[in-house]
Amino acid sequence: MTLTRSAVDAGATADITRDEVALRAFLRGLPGVDQVGADQRAAVLWSRSIKHESKARGLDAAVAMVDLTTLEGNDTPGKVRSLCAKAQRPDPTDPGCPSVAAVCLYPDLIAEAVRQLDGSQVAVASVATAFPSGRASLATRLADVREAVAAGAGEIDMVIDRGAFLAGRYGQVFEDIAAVRRECGAAHLKVILETGELVTYDNVARASWLALLAGADFIKTSTGKISPAATPPVAVTMLSVVRDFAAWTGSVRGVKVAGGIRSSKDALRYLVAVREVAGERWLSPALFRFGASGLLNDLLMQRMKLRTGAYAGPRYVTVD
Amino acid sequence: MPAKPPSKTEPHRLAVRKTYKLFIGGAFPRSESGRSYPVTDRQGGFVTNAPQASRKDLRDAVVAARKASPGWSAATAYNRGQILYRIAEMLEGRRAQFAEEVALAEGLSAQAADRQVTESIDRWVWYAGWSDKIASVLGAANPVAGPYFNFSVPEPTGVVGIIAPQESSLLGLVSVLAPVVVSGNTAVVIASTLRPLPAATLAEALATSDLPGGVANILTGETAELAPWLASHQDIDGIDLTGSGELADNLEAAAAATVKRVVRPPAVEPDWRSTPDLLRLTHFLEIKTVWHPVGQ
Amino acid sequence: MTVQDYAPHGYGPDGYAPAPEARSVARLRSSYGMFVDGRFVTGGGAQMDSINPADETVLATVEVASAEDVDRAVRAARRAYDDVWGSMPGRERAKYLFRIARLIQERARELAVLESLDNGKPIREARDVDIPLAAAHFFYYAGWADKLDYAGLGPVPRPLGVAGQVIPWNFPLLMAAWKLAPALATGNTAVLKPAETTPLSALVLADIIAQADLPPGVVNIVNGGPEVGRLLVGHPGIDKVAFTGSTEVGKQIARDVAGTGKKLTLELGGKAANIVFDDAPAEQAVEGIVNGIFFNQGHVCCAGSRLLVQESVAEAILEALRRRMSTLRLGDPLDKNTDIGAINSAAQLQRITELTNFAETEGATRWSPPSCELPATGFWFVPTILTDVAPAHRVAREEIFGPVLSVLTFRTPDEAVAKANNTPYGLSAGIWTEKGSRILWMSQRLRAGVVWANTFNRFDPASPFGGYGESGYGREGGRHGLGAYLAS
Repeated sequence: MTLTRSAVDAGATADITRDEVALRAFLRGLPGVDQVGADQRAAVLWSRSIKHESKARGLDAAVAMVDLTTLEGNDTPGKVRSLCAKAQRPDPTDPGCPSVAAVCLYPDLIAEAVRQLDGSQVAVASVATAFPSGRASLATRLADVREAVAAGAGEIDMVIDRGAFLAGRYGQVFEDIAAVRRECGAAHLKVILETGELVTYDNVARASWLALLAGADFIKTSTGKISPAATPPVAVTMLSVVRDFAAWTGSVRGVKVAGGIRSSKDALRYLVAVREVAGERWLSPALFRFGASGLLNDLLMQRMKLRTGAYAGPRYVTVD
Repeated sequence: MPAKPPSKTEPHRLAVRKTYKLFIGGAFPRSESGRSYPVTDRQGGFVTNAPQASRKDLRDAVVAARKASPGWSAATAYNRGQILYRIAEMLEGRRAQFAEEVALAEGLSAQAADRQVTESIDRWVWYAGWSDKIASVLGAANPVAGPYFNFSVPEPTGVVGIIAPQESSLLGLVSVLAPVVVSGNTAVVIASTLRPLPAATLAEALATSDLPGGVANILTGETAELAPWLASHQDIDGIDLTGSGELADNLEAAAAATVKRVVRPPAVEPDWRSTPDLLRLTHFLEIKTVWHPVGQ
Repeated sequence: MTVQDYAPHGYGPDGYAPAPEARSVARLRSSYGMFVDGRFVTGGGAQMDSINPADETVLATVEVASAEDVDRAVRAARRAYDDVWGSMPGRERAKYLFRIARLIQERARELAVLESLDNGKPIREARDVDIPLAAAHFFYYAGWADKLDYAGLGPVPRPLGVAGQVIPWNFPLLMAAWKLAPALATGNTAVLKPAETTPLSALVLADIIAQADLPPGVVNIVNGGPEVGRLLVGHPGIDKVAFTGSTEVGKQIARDVAGTGKKLTLELGGKAANIVFDDAPAEQAVEGIVNGIFFNQGHVCCAGSRLLVQESVAEAILEALRRRMSTLRLGDPLDKNTDIGAINSAAQLQRITELTNFAETEGATRWSPPSCELPATGFWFVPTILTDVAPAHRVAREEIFGPVLSVLTFRTPDEAVAKANNTPYGLSAGIWTEKGSRILWMSQRLRAGVVWANTFNRFDPASPFGGYGESGYGREGGRHGLGAYLAS
């Protein structure tokens, strides 16, 4: 399967998504991903050294790309309130610090977040579709989305049915995503592939293409609830897919990496990957996000170090 | 160790005696049974108490060895060679300590003990160098009669139980342990009953060498009590019966229940100083042969 | 709440902020002598400048060996062989080599920075490839020293005596390791001549050798240009010659050695075909093409300098290749983010320039990423691809030894084999396909000493390396690498 610019035509995708047979042929016809080669590419990108003004800009960019997340069984409105306050003003000592891109919560806490963030630049994202396992009927999963949207969520993070995907029922996975996409209305849709369960990079590439073809605004690595979550070669694979998708169809979609990204150093390296694999254009919260909780404080401490020259400590950033 | 008699330079100083421990999963526990037994020198004089491992300690050691097995066998041969060489660096640093223990254990002169320690270190280095070469010597591309690429590679068998020599407390021990771990296997060692101290000190060198916990586990105690549990254990893939003496035949029979790979004890105590053959390497390596068609 | 379309955040107009390695780590001295009989000596002879190809400044002066110096070095090596090394038990030799390996690891950073300064290669490559592999070579061969009865060369293989070794400028320290480690492990002693333009890292290796307490005379290092190489290779006291360098010089050495009884191994040039099939893992194949020809600025004998791409995917692969090349970073070799460093010398730059210009006159189409700016001083060549190359063109046949890729197409596996083998060279080849049987079928038919499938430019001390035909003979690395230095 070769992809050339001559096929830039949204109609081209209609052919391959007309039925399960065509879809499967397309996905199986994608070039394979050599695992060792992909790992090596990621390793070279991870060896980049980001210093001085690049580091400063990168840290600010990373903060602005964070979806500040809490997805715990014991979340309460109180927790949501402190999270939202932090999302708007992450560093009380520095008004110049950007706000994060969004908060990410369970659907029943969306209304509280909308209240807190009314008038701010921070978006409200809700997980939905029986997150994180996704193991519920389609009707239940769509109802989940509907409620989140009705509560005011501007972004929906859904999970794909990994069981169906691994069993090769690509058409079903496609239809699920398309149905959720319709339910989202104006809200933008991130599709979580749960790459840790897909395991191979070939599966990651196929699932990425499938999700984009079905209407995902963003493809997202993980729920953050299992390990491994986001890894460099997985991110590199997904970034190459959004790049090729844009070249083929003209439609520019985003990538969100989530789970296990704790250090600023890692965040900066992900930005290197975005820049060198997808392109400069993707270095924007509109097209790249970090799903994280602890990462934000590490970014803030690194920003402090650049400002003050001294290593910061956890007492100088806030708990959320 | 017995307290050094006060000397002119240190008239009143009492030595801090080492407590000897087991080595399981990279940690140094006492026996879960709480037991210990006195270790004596050749004249019967008290040296120290050593832990008397129980079957439960052995069970725990096997669990640790199994847990360490995937990571150790997946490490590159280069990495394993580096770690084994590092172990040799640690052994070299403890020459004096080993020499003292070997002299006591085997009733050797200081010089003879020193020679044994030297041999042991050089033996370890010899084995370290095999790590990334054994595949070139044992492996092969086989010229089968058909359009197939056929190759054989050696792979570690898994967890190997080792009954260390009863007499040669360091050189013999090193000669049965190093070949097992260098090729990617993990080991559970039952040290010499009467001469366990160099084994315990070896464990300390292993622990400071980057060897992952659980790759080598060293138990001191009664060989006769522990060996049958080792031989019958269903989660051990191979067993080296070198130090098992009269128990050997029964142990071999017990090992047959799970078709363990067995290294029988030598008929006579070998001269551990001579360069080994490859038996202890090859016996715990499986040969895997792969076929693949050759075509457009 | 809708998503705001934020303005893109960038890293700045030129990409990443400079991230330079500290030059002081290299502990450069202003002048270097020779290393003979265990000591650093100066004969008071001629000096040559070793320059930094990235900015043409002088790094240090190095003494050029005279005929007397070469003679003294060879005699020191002979004495060391006769009196100490040739009869030393293998396990003692092993421990010297293990020491050298560990010392290289300890001084890795110093060596990497020095190598980058002297050669022009990016610090990332010196740090992540050259130096670790050099240490690994010593480590690997150390382990063979007392196991030679398992080498497959009979029960008691014997060393040859004194080896004269001449190495090139593209991987200075690594080539020194490739030569010295097996020679010493097998019981030979050596006189080594580094390349004229990159003498410095070998002299630090000499310091490491002294720190390891290697007996005097076992390794001797003399510097200079082709004349010194000729003196060394022609010296009657040498039993074995090992040469890595240009095919032209290699042929001359082979002529000169004829009738002398000296054993010879040669590792010469190449014009490797990197073959990409329609079912290649495309993204990784593009990386493999880039790595194959732009790694080390293309100064690699086994570089994938000919891309043979299946016609049905040629356009797509080339488009992806151009896009990928546009993210290559060319510049200060000491910057940790640099991908493409300097060309090693003015002479080499001239050769690359001439051949590439000639290709255009022959009808090839030339392309380089527009974003690559060349610094004002130093020797630089922008990564270039030449399309519309025919097998009859010079750039399809002659080794350019620079970051220039000649692109040809093929239709069937047979045709790929025919084109790949249509060269007097035969050092390496690359195959990109997801089909296992085809990998094996192709590798059986390609006349190349090293075949990389779905990867490229992978080296390991355990993996034998060497060529067919005019790429030379003999193998370095692995069990097979021992054969060059032993007699059964």
